Parts: sequence; C-alpha cells; structure tokens
Amino acid sequence: MGTGCAHDGIEAAGRGAARCDVAIVGAGVSGCAIARELARLRVSTCVLEAEEDVCCGTSKANSAIVHAGFDAATGSLMARLNVEGSRLMGPLCAELGVDYERVGSLVVCTDPAERGGFDALLACGRENGVEGLRIIEADELRELEPNVSDAAVAALWAPTGAIVNPFQLTVALAEQAAVNGVEFRFRSPVTGVARRAGGAWELDVPGGPLVARVVVNAAGVRADELHNLVCAPGDELAITARRGQYHVLDVTAGQHVRHTVFALPTRLGKGVLVTPTTGGNLLVGPTAEDVGDKDGVDTTADGLAEVERRASLTVRGVPLRERIRTFAGLRAHQPGHDFVIGEVPGAPGFVDCAAIESPGLSAAPAIARMVAGIVRDALGGPAERDRLAPRPAPVPDVARMAPEEWSALVAARPEYGRVVCRCRTVTEGQVVDAIRRPVGARSLDGVKRRVEAGMGRCQGGFCAPRVLEVLARELGRDPREVTLAGPGSEVVAGTVKDTLRGGAS
Amino acid sequence: MRRCDVVVIGGGPAGLSAAAAARATGAGEVLVLERDERLGGILNQCVHGGFGLATLGEELTGPEYAARLEDAARAAGATLRTDATVLGVRPAGEGAAGGPCARPGRRPGAGELEVTLVSPARGLERVAAGAVVLAMGCRERPAGAIGIPGFRPAGVLTAGCAQRLVNCEGLLPGREVVVLGSGDIGLIMARRLTLEGAHVACVAELMPYSSGLKRNVVQCLEDFGIPLLLSHTVTRVLGRRRVEAVEISRVDASAHPVAGTGRIVACDTLLLSVGLLPENELSRAAGVELSPLTRGAVVDDSLMTSVPGVFACGNVLHVHDLADHASLEAARAGAAAAAWARGRATRARGGGVPVEPGRGVRYAVPQRVDPERMPDELVVRLRVDGVYERRSVVARADGREVARRRRDILVPGEMEQVTLRRDALLARGGIGRVTIGLEA
Repeated sequence: MGTGCAHDGIEAAGRGAARCDVAIVGAGVSGCAIARELARLRVSTCVLEAEEDVCCGTSKANSAIVHAGFDAATGSLMARLNVEGSRLMGPLCAELGVDYERVGSLVVCTDPAERGGFDALLACGRENGVEGLRIIEADELRELEPNVSDAAVAALWAPTGAIVNPFQLTVALAEQAAVNGVEFRFRSPVTGVARRAGGAWELDVPGGPLVARVVVNAAGVRADELHNLVCAPGDELAITARRGQYHVLDVTAGQHVRHTVFALPTRLGKGVLVTPTTGGNLLVGPTAEDVGDKDGVDTTADGLAEVERRASLTVRGVPLRERIRTFAGLRAHQPGHDFVIGEVPGAPGFVDCAAIESPGLSAAPAIARMVAGIVRDALGGPAERDRLAPRPAPVPDVARMAPEEWSALVAARPEYGRVVCRCRTVTEGQVVDAIRRPVGARSLDGVKRRVEAGMGRCQGGFCAPRVLEVLARELGRDPREVTLAGPGSEVVAGTVKDTLRGGAS
Repeated sequence: MRRCDVVVIGGGPAGLSAAAAARATGAGEVLVLERDERLGGILNQCVHGGFGLATLGEELTGPEYAARLEDAARAAGATLRTDATVLGVRPAGEGAAGGPCARPGRRPGAGELEVTLVSPARGLERVAAGAVVLAMGCRERPAGAIGIPGFRPAGVLTAGCAQRLVNCEGLLPGREVVVLGSGDIGLIMARRLTLEGAHVACVAELMPYSSGLKRNVVQCLEDFGIPLLLSHTVTRVLGRRRVEAVEISRVDASAHPVAGTGRIVACDTLLLSVGLLPENELSRAAGVELSPLTRGAVVDDSLMTSVPGVFACGNVLHVHDLADHASLEAARAGAAAAAWARGRATRARGGGVPVEPGRGVRYAVPQRVDPERMPDELVVRLRVDGVYERRSVVARADGREVARRRRDILVPGEMEQVTLRRDALLARGGIGRVTIGLEA
C-alpha cells in the first residue's frame, strides 16, 4: 500500500536526500487534515512533526468547540472557512468515528446597555452565512440554560455551534492519512529550508535532508519562522503566541451548562466561555495574553483567577471545586487577524497554512480542502486515487458498549476485561490498541489523547504506573525510557537504590 | 444469576475485614471483588511498619497486614476474587433487568441488590446480593485539582503513585524531590525516597500544622533532617518536559501566597500529598446520599447508607489515618450487612436522629444514630477543624451531655473518637439530635 516517502515515492536524490512530492510541516489538526485530503491524490506525502506525536500543540489545548462562525469579520478567509468547516465537521466526525455534538452556543448579554452589541454580531453572522441565528430573551434563555447568570438579559442563539473532541479528530485524520500511504515522521523539526535548482525544496530534518516538490507550512506558532526563510524581503510573517488558560472540571460538573456559553464582548473586553466537552467535562476559559515564548504554555495564578472571575459573569455557581486540571494553549496570532493560506509570493511550491488561530479547529476541514487544492495545482493536477481507504475502526470504548458486546470482546481478548483507568473506565486492551495502531501512541499523553486513560478525576494517579508498564512492554522499551510526552519527559529517573549502588543512569 | 448474602466491593483492609466479619456474623456466601490482581489494596505498596497495632497487637508492614487480613477472610469462608472490577450496584430488577447482561439462573428477589462486574476471565457478570458493602477506598487529589500555576511536565505525581512505582515496580520517580503537602503518604514517601537514594529538599505544607500523624513527622522527616515548611506552598512549576524547579512561597493566615516570598528550589520531581478523596463513583451512581463534609456516604449507626442494604466502611466512607481503624469500622459494617441480608425487613430505613458536628468539629461519622437499635456502645469518629489544646470532645443529646473525652491536643490530621452509650441516650428519652463539639 501507500505512496508515502517510505514506499514508492521515496528515492535517492543525490547526497542521500530522500524525496517526496509533498512535505507537510506540522501534525496538528490542520496538517493532519491536509494530509488526509492529499491522500486522495496519487502523490507521495510526508508529514514532519517536531514532537513525538500528532496533536501536540495548539490542537490539543483549546476550547474544543466548533464555532458557528458569526464573529469572524465578514469577507475574511477566517469567516468563510469557519462557516464551511462548521458545515463539514459533523459529517466528517461521523465518518471518522469522532465525538461531536451540536449543542448550540449562546452569547450572553448581562448589561441592558450593551444589547446593541447583538446587532453587529447578528449582522455579521447572517452575512457570513451562519444559519439559525436569533436573539432570545431572558425567559427562553433561562429555560435553555438554567444556570445562566441572574444578570443575563438576552442571548444570541447559534444552533450550529458544536463541541468536538480535538484529540480524536486529529488522531483519526492522521490514521486515515497513514493507511492511505502518508508517511509520518516524528521528532523531526525542520531546521532549514532551501530552494534547489529545478524548483524543489530541501528541508533540513534530523537524519538527513528531505526534498519535496511542494512544502505545506502548517507549523502552528512557528509557521512564521519557516515562512520567513523563503519569503521575499518585506513579506515576513510575525506570529505571536497568544496564550489561553483554562480550568477543566470533572464530569460531575459536566451538566452545569448545556450549551457553549460565551459572553457578549463589551467595552470591558471579551469574556470567557463555559462549555460542556464531548467527554462530559466542563471547560472554562480562555484568557488571551500575548506571550513572548512560543513554548509558553504555563498557567499563572492571575490568569486562572481571571478566568474564574469572568466565567461567573455569564454562568452562576460554576463549581470550580470540581476542578481536575488546568492548562494553557497558544494560538498562532498575526496582526492582520486572519488565516494566512496560499503559496508564498516568490516561493512557488511553498504553501502557507499559517496563523491558524481560533476558529482554526472549526475551520480545519475547510482549510484542508483549500490547501489541498492549492497543492494539487502546484503539482500540476496529479491523478486521484480510486478511493480513500477508511480509517481503522476506532479503539473499542467499553464505557459505551452494550454489555453483551463488551463480554464478547473480553472473550476474544481478555485484556478488555481489565480496567486500568477507573475514572474513565478504560481497559488494558484499549491501551494496547492505542499503541498498536497506525500512528500509534508512544507516550502516556499519547495514550491519554487516544483512549482517555489518565484524563479523569485522578489524572493518572492510579493508571499511570499501569499504562507505563503496558507502553514499556508493547514498545519493547525499558520503563525508564517511557515518556510523558516525548524525549526529555521520562516518567521515572531510574531504579531504586541505583545511586547507592553506583549505577545511576 | 449467582446469589450471595453479602458482596463486598474492594479487597483492601476494609473490604477484607468486612468480609471476615460478615461470615462470622452468619452470612452465607460472602464475595469480595477486588479490581487489582492482588488482594490488600493500598497496603501492598505500604512497605513501612505500623500496621496491626490496634487490631492484632503487633507491628506489621502493609503487605504483612494484608496477608493476615486475607488469611482471616479466607479462613472465615469468604470467596475472594481478584482482577474483577465492579461497574455498578443497583436494586435488583431496576432498569434493564433481564436485559443485555442477564444470565440464565435465578432472578434476584425483591429488596435485593444487583452488582455488575467485569473480569478478564469471565467478561461481564451480574451477581445478586442481599447486602453490599462499599469498601473502594480513596484516591489522591491530583495536581490539577489544586491548580498549581506553571508548566505540566513529567515529574509531577502524587505520593501514592510514587509509592507504587518505588515499592511495587522498583522504579525511582526522581532524584531531587520536593514534596507538597504533609499528608501521611507524603511524609512516608519523603523517607522512602531518601532511603532509595533520592534527595528530598523539603516538605511544604499550606497549613500552619502538619496534616499527617505526629509520629510520621518525627520518624519520616525529623529523623532524616528533611525540613517541614509550614504555611508554605508551591506557587509555580518550572520545566517544560521534566520538572526543573519549583517556586515555594510563604502563605498568609488565609492560605494565600505572600508576594515576594517565592524562592526557586531546583528539583526534578514534585510529589503531591494534598488530600485524599473517598472514591464514591459507584456509590453516587447507585444513588447513595453523600456528605459534602466527608465526601463519603451518609450512614447510620449500622453504617448503612441511604440505599437500603448498601453499607460503607473504610476510606470510601471517610478518610482514616490508620488502616487498623478502617478494619475495625469495616468489621462493624460487615456484621451489619450480614444481619441485614439474613433478615432484611427487620430494620427501618432512615430511623434515628442526626449526629451533627458542633463547635470545632469538621465532621462526625456516623451521621445518624437510633438509640433504640444502636449497639450498647457506638464509636463516633470525627475530625477537628484546627489545632486545639486541652479540650474535651463532648457529645450532647438535645443540649445535654451524654459523653465526654478529654484530650491534651487535637489536630485535624489525627482522627478523634467519642463513644456513645445506648443507655445514656435512652435515658434522655425521645431526643431530636446529637451534637458533637469541642468544649473546655
């Protein structure tokens, strides 16, 4: 099978360089969605990812919602791709077996003097082509959302707003790309780009250069660095990491709101959202802080307190006592506040998919189509494959199985009867299968993203040693080599008394 | 469907003790369901000593104590199953009875309970039970729950997780360690890691007093020269992939960090011992009323929960300091469960009067007592809400004193108790409530 770099597309290109038709830099949701689209073509595609897994940057740390598309500036790329992505997302998730729920979203106004803000949003939304938008008054609002703030006077109701599991989505896109021949190379940061005679691009990656006819720059917060290596003087991109901090609440609080609840932006700024997640948790956030550090996913006491305070403006009694985790993610913001998608002027075959900040997750299916179209043109319109092989069936989720189905699975594979993560009811069988899949898990976080072991209220306190053991066994590694999230994040430092024996590793 | 008099969920010190007592009290089949591959629960990773002092009169390690309890439960005739995870408990016949999971065989009778479990050997099963004892223990509060600012790298783990890695897997979580929280497991792990070749820089405790036992502060920290920083907390975690350092700050009287007091302590590991939470997922799903104070079930003097026939004991009921106390409490629950299973209708639900925490007391268990039916002597366990010297724990029935216990020192980290006597309560006539508080 396959036309990936590792197969028929790869050939020696002098000085040992490997070749492929398309190199995608970045295995976030954009990169993986593009890879899946390109898998439809008879071209060789290789995804280069600096981290050890897909979904390690912005794609894993966001609001996990599908925006309806009413607030992006009319006429922007962001608006068009958001609305198109929102339409595509439901069917895509159904096809891939990814959790998605059209819960609808509410933009809540808590100050009668600010109601005018609805006019602009409503006009913008309708102009953007968002369906079903309307203003609902306090009574209907309270019926829809009983825990809305007592101060709420009205809300914009957007029935096409949805929630999605971004980990599952990114993994599923990558898996389908992989079984259709796309090669994924992890721990492969691109450190240099050069145009070769003949027009191909040579990328510096560990293990030797990779030559590609077309490069897709989906490098998230670092896409500007790559862009600026190839663009004409004066055409540089400047991406700022805009940090968003969040609280994650336990499933016991997951019903606190039924919809994604936003605050109507006011003179005092943009509010935070409170939303259920597909996993049944409650998510509260984010802040919006420009940070100088593109690895700056640290949380701060002030930021977390700010989120808590702002959430209370739209939703009453948010049960922060049920918190199980805090996190921060970085959006790739550029001053023009729009997606930057297209061939870089003066650099034919170098295609940007940059500045994919919110609503990038929502837009991902549409972004992928757009970018794939540009790549196809750049390659001179290569032939299409007959059909895309489906993604491998998702790892069975015992928590959602009918009892007899689960029993039958245990009969065939007893490890599906051993519960390792008690918070989310995840069995050893699921952990094993998360590892054994195409583009499989290689770390505790990789397992967590795929089957949710460690994502529950004890945050891995119980299951981490067990998952570590399974990872070591399945990967044929020493437990000391097993990581939380790639090299440098080894879970344990050594064995007991090793220093006392003089055998510290 | 298989039928047992008593099904015990959890094969740790509470579950094993409950099972032995249930058999000794006349229960027929008693089935213990343990999800781990070994019985004994968390005792297996507690290789330190101090177990068995109150129940067996000798000092044992955790695994030794577990072995004794297992032997006793076996000798009493209980059936012990490992690698069996309980998925749900509910009144028999409710919901999808006869549905997907039904097995050929006897249907449970009215008033009985049904336990669903899964195991690698047998897949999903249902078991009918005359009574169920909840003995699932507790879990540790994770880093995310307390929201320590900073990064989320490898090397941040709970003390109990580290304890398992060290004592059961032979793995060392880190070499330079800071412990946040002076819960008993944190104190014990500070010593253990030191013995295993790591360096423990300090233990930081948010409160102005240790939340662990005094004996552990002495034996685990003072004996090893490990500083205990009271009224301090970790205000930042540094390091992107692996912990590189933490910032430790002083906190004020309301436990808020004092700006400008932070200092960076280099380390590769942050161990958390910041609280234990009863693991009541099954209880909640079964409709058992939980107390916001203990986060465990609300129980009466027989340790029965709000669901008839469902009893609770050990750390799932409220977090104990000593496994011995959990065992003693569990024996009462096991005996009561056996009695219920043998003659269910003899006891009305919701009888008795409330037992309420008074001044200086955070919680008291059980939360209800029925003077007519209670045992002659009933031990009420409680925790105080601060550090007190030279006070008495006093129980009052409608304001009148019925029990008193003098203490030189009372701290939140050490569970207290007071014994209610049935005759003393009956002598008061039809009382409305019992209050337990601290008095001079």
